[in-house]
Amino acid sequence: MWQSPVSRLFASTEGRLAGIALVVFVLMAALEPDKFLSLQNFTSMAFQFPEFAILALAMTVTMLTGGIDLSVVGIANLSAVIAATILTQATGGGAGIVVIAYTAAVGVGMMAGLFNGVLVASLGLPPILATLGSGLIFTGIAIALTGGSAVMGFPAATAWIGNSTLLGIPTPLILFALLALMISLVLTRTGFGVKLRMYGANPLAARFAAINIGAMLVKVYVLSGALAAIAGMVVMSRANSAKADYGSSYLLLAVLIAVLGGVNPYGGYGRVIGVVLAVLTMQFLSSGLNMIGVSNFARELIWGSLLIFVMIVNTWRTKARRT
Amino acid sequence: MATDLVTLDSVTKTYSGITALDSVGFSIAAGEAVCLAGENGSGKSTLIKILAGVEQPDRGRIAFSGVVQGSLNPRLSAAAGIKVIFQDFSLFPNLTVAENIAFSAELGHGARLVRPVRVQDTARRTLARIGVDIPLHAAVETLSVAHKQLVAICRALATEARLIIMDEPTTALTEREVRVLLDIIRRLKADGVAVLFVSHKLAEVLEVCEKVVVLRNGAKVAEGPASDFDAASLTRHMTGRDLAEQPPAPLADTAAILMQVQGLHKSGAFCDVSFTLRAGEVLGVSGLLGSGRTALAKALFGLVAPERGQITLDGRSVPLGNPLAAAQAGIGYVPEDRLTEGLFLTQSILQNISIGRLDAHGRSGILDLGGLIDEARDWLKRLSVKAPDPDAPVRSLSGGNQQRVVLARWMARSPRVLVLNGPSVGVDVGSKAEIHGIIASLAAQGLGVIVISDDLPEVLSTCHRVLVMRAGAVVDDIPAGQITETALAHRLAS
Amino acid sequence: MTTLWTRNETLVALVIVAFCVLAAFSDPGFLSIATLTDLSRGGIVLGIFAVGALIVLISGGIDVSFTAIAAFTMYVTAMVLNAVMPWMPWWAALMMGMGIGACLGAINGVLIAVMGLPTLIVTLGTLSVFRGFMLTFIGQKQITTLPPGMREFGRMMVLRGENADGSFYSLHAAFLVTVLAVVLTWVILHRTMLGRQIFAIGGSVESARRIGINVRGVQFFVYVYVGVLAGLAGIIHASMARVANPFDLVGLELSVIAAVVLGGARLAGGHGTLTGTVLGVALIVLVRNSLIVLGIPSTWQSVAIGVLILIGTGLPAWQAKRAAARAA
Repeated sequence: MWQSPVSRLFASTEGRLAGIALVVFVLMAALEPDKFLSLQNFTSMAFQFPEFAILALAMTVTMLTGGIDLSVVGIANLSAVIAATILTQATGGGAGIVVIAYTAAVGVGMMAGLFNGVLVASLGLPPILATLGSGLIFTGIAIALTGGSAVMGFPAATAWIGNSTLLGIPTPLILFALLALMISLVLTRTGFGVKLRMYGANPLAARFAAINIGAMLVKVYVLSGALAAIAGMVVMSRANSAKADYGSSYLLLAVLIAVLGGVNPYGGYGRVIGVVLAVLTMQFLSSGLNMIGVSNFARELIWGSLLIFVMIVNTWRTKARRT
Repeated sequence: MATDLVTLDSVTKTYSGITALDSVGFSIAAGEAVCLAGENGSGKSTLIKILAGVEQPDRGRIAFSGVVQGSLNPRLSAAAGIKVIFQDFSLFPNLTVAENIAFSAELGHGARLVRPVRVQDTARRTLARIGVDIPLHAAVETLSVAHKQLVAICRALATEARLIIMDEPTTALTEREVRVLLDIIRRLKADGVAVLFVSHKLAEVLEVCEKVVVLRNGAKVAEGPASDFDAASLTRHMTGRDLAEQPPAPLADTAAILMQVQGLHKSGAFCDVSFTLRAGEVLGVSGLLGSGRTALAKALFGLVAPERGQITLDGRSVPLGNPLAAAQAGIGYVPEDRLTEGLFLTQSILQNISIGRLDAHGRSGILDLGGLIDEARDWLKRLSVKAPDPDAPVRSLSGGNQQRVVLARWMARSPRVLVLNGPSVGVDVGSKAEIHGIIASLAAQGLGVIVISDDLPEVLSTCHRVLVMRAGAVVDDIPAGQITETALAHRLAS
Repeated sequence: MTTLWTRNETLVALVIVAFCVLAAFSDPGFLSIATLTDLSRGGIVLGIFAVGALIVLISGGIDVSFTAIAAFTMYVTAMVLNAVMPWMPWWAALMMGMGIGACLGAINGVLIAVMGLPTLIVTLGTLSVFRGFMLTFIGQKQITTLPPGMREFGRMMVLRGENADGSFYSLHAAFLVTVLAVVLTWVILHRTMLGRQIFAIGGSVESARRIGINVRGVQFFVYVYVGVLAGLAGIIHASMARVANPFDLVGLELSVIAAVVLGGARLAGGHGTLTGTVLGVALIVLVRNSLIVLGIPSTWQSVAIGVLILIGTGLPAWQAKRAAARAA
């Protein structure tokens, strides 16, 4: 049965997402053409989305296994707080101390992820509960370390990763692009990535196929933790401070982007390109709404509605395909 | 006849291109016991689902007492007195025996409030009716499979039933329990309740039914009074061929001992199992459901951890309770339920095959995709898998081809011993013979093959030796050439 | 098989006792009626939420939007009563809360029961929708002058007394509402067929469909019921706090679910008891209010609750894993 290239494009989830991203872009551009279609806006957007985009990548990785990581924001903040503590305690050193602090942060993220992985893989805790509890613990430790207030006063080099440009392209964007590419390669070109996706598709069959599930799950959550920590670094760099409760709305946003991006919350399906398109859609929406003066809360309303809308559409398509 | 309780006429059902039922029609009179015989995959389950109102036929009509039904749903079907006891029993594991038994009845009474006394009463009454004693307050999830089945039967009896459909009811019952069940069926018939007995086990079928309907590949191929059929003719109708597969030639005495199992024990599953497997030998393990044969098979592969015992392969001890270690030692396992245990349905055929070879085709984590794909394609060819597009999801394949994909996955790992649990369940007749051929060729290559099956003709035609298991113990070790199917069936169930 | 000693409820009860003993050592004045009434006050809103969360978990779902329903309800009720019907008595305010909560719960019901959408993600969505809608279109400012009905309710006490040192203790009337919610839910779950059907659906939704249970109808009821309870909780919260702050309550949902799971309810559905839920709530309230008595600064509160959740759910999960490995 011959299908036109356009309809075949839209038959795939990612094709549809590209379409949605395009529609949103055009819509936002139409609402405020002067402001939206400006270099300043594009640059501004490119600085804004990487922090939650990296969190969405973390969420995607765990969702692919049929789990979820509700502690990503907690890990991001905890890593930031620890890095911030190092940065404010150190005297001099410039870029060197920044590198040490960032490395420590990623290390913290990986350890937090290891904690999650052990809970899920060895104890057999459902990921929702495990990361719910661990998220509270990570946030709690961050609160305890900071007394609830923000940590400030970093060396100038801290601002680089979140605020500067490389060949005219904002550094956070480059960072996100590299991470997205890396995750995409890991998922499709490594044994770990294939096992991860197969496990998400059918955990029981994975056991029968003699896949080392425990090791794989631990690696997944460690990866998620590392990504969360990197996101925390970007936030810290852009906000020039670290606080235990930054980005609390980012958790919902990360789930929304993953689901919008075509990741099946029950596991087994999801592609990085889909997540990237979803990220762009959310950023276009966010910037555009900001320009026409819509408040932050309305954004929450729109995100929630969008999530529900996407789920409805996905469910209809699955039902239609089955009959 | 217009007064028949249930009449089916030209019922047809297709599932995404596969014809599950092809213009099937027959009738059931009140108080009549009809047997619906057919192999797995013949369309029996689909027919049951349609009668129960769970699925709708694409074409055809169903009539209850002459009244054609528009569109059935479970409530309507139950209201008409049609009760189905599915193979999975459809019980609520978290509720008690009494509640499970009385649930439908209470719903039928339109009860809004819980009536504990009436519930207990109903449960006690139906349990007494079939002469069984199970604690009423036990949670169903704690019961054995046989007891769960009895609870399911009681539930069907607790409400006004005019037709009870039993889907493979005897798979978990001992001979004695089967006698009890047949007695119950006779009593039901005397009460005017019709029974549709769906089974692929022949002896029971002929004993209790007045009429036999045989399905094969979705179509009705035979129908008539039970007296018209005997075991051989039934088999011929069900399989479409004469059962003439010969057992394999006896093994040479010089064949080396490949695997030794000693004293494998797990309380509640199997006790003190010991046997040897020689290179090139096909060993059958047979027993009723609940005999421990599946637990034993899983234990050989490390999915179940025995409490004590030893498995030695090629002289080396295999760590117990660890599937990874078992696979590395050279043991492979093709599971019973390929749809939920064996295959990743949404993933591609190639991925399903190469899942076990990912570590072998990569350096420092990066996969050699080209090498993996080539190897997988090679296996598709070697096992004659009909797969026009190897990137298509594996669920697009037929049962027989799907089973070959699972086989390919394990054969790609060059195992020393392959354990096959129910290798041809739900597979069409042609594929079945081919799979048996694959088993023979595996043995010819020097592998040891263990076939777990309660399909006795299959066991007798593929295996050199048969181990009979009952209540967790190996009670017999018989060369396949020295026993008939009837005698074997008797050994399993007595 | 679970014996008395391995059941969640026993473990939680033991931890509660241990906690009280420790606290009593640190502060001998801990074991007094004043403490009891304080803790009871802390458990009123949490308790009503937990009962609602329990019923959802038993049915096999999970709902995280109930706090947003509560906040929305309390804010809208306060606003409407102030503006249009200030003469309404206290019980009318409660009824209005239940009504609004029911409507919002019905939205969840349609999405989950009728359209069959996955529960966690959908309620994450409706949480944002309800909250976002309220903050965008209805208002963001605290309502510091509550309608007379709510103010009156805020002052109602069932128990009042004076301590040895001259300070007062009191038990709020809303405690009775919580008790009523617990009892009513118990009756529904254990004495009505509707409740048994909720358990049945949680145990095996496919079996439920096969024997003709109206799965959609029952699930719809569950989410409306949670909405009603959430609305009630919202009104009570605002009345007791003497202010309707639209930013309140959201953020508690995870603690509520933690309390219910600690009490033995399973995330997979089909299991859960009111006793366990009440004990779970008691433990969470105890931890939140008595860390200071034990000398642990409140900044460690999140950590303590997180650890509790992990131990409280990890232990049974690990036991289940070992049991499954033994039985397999």
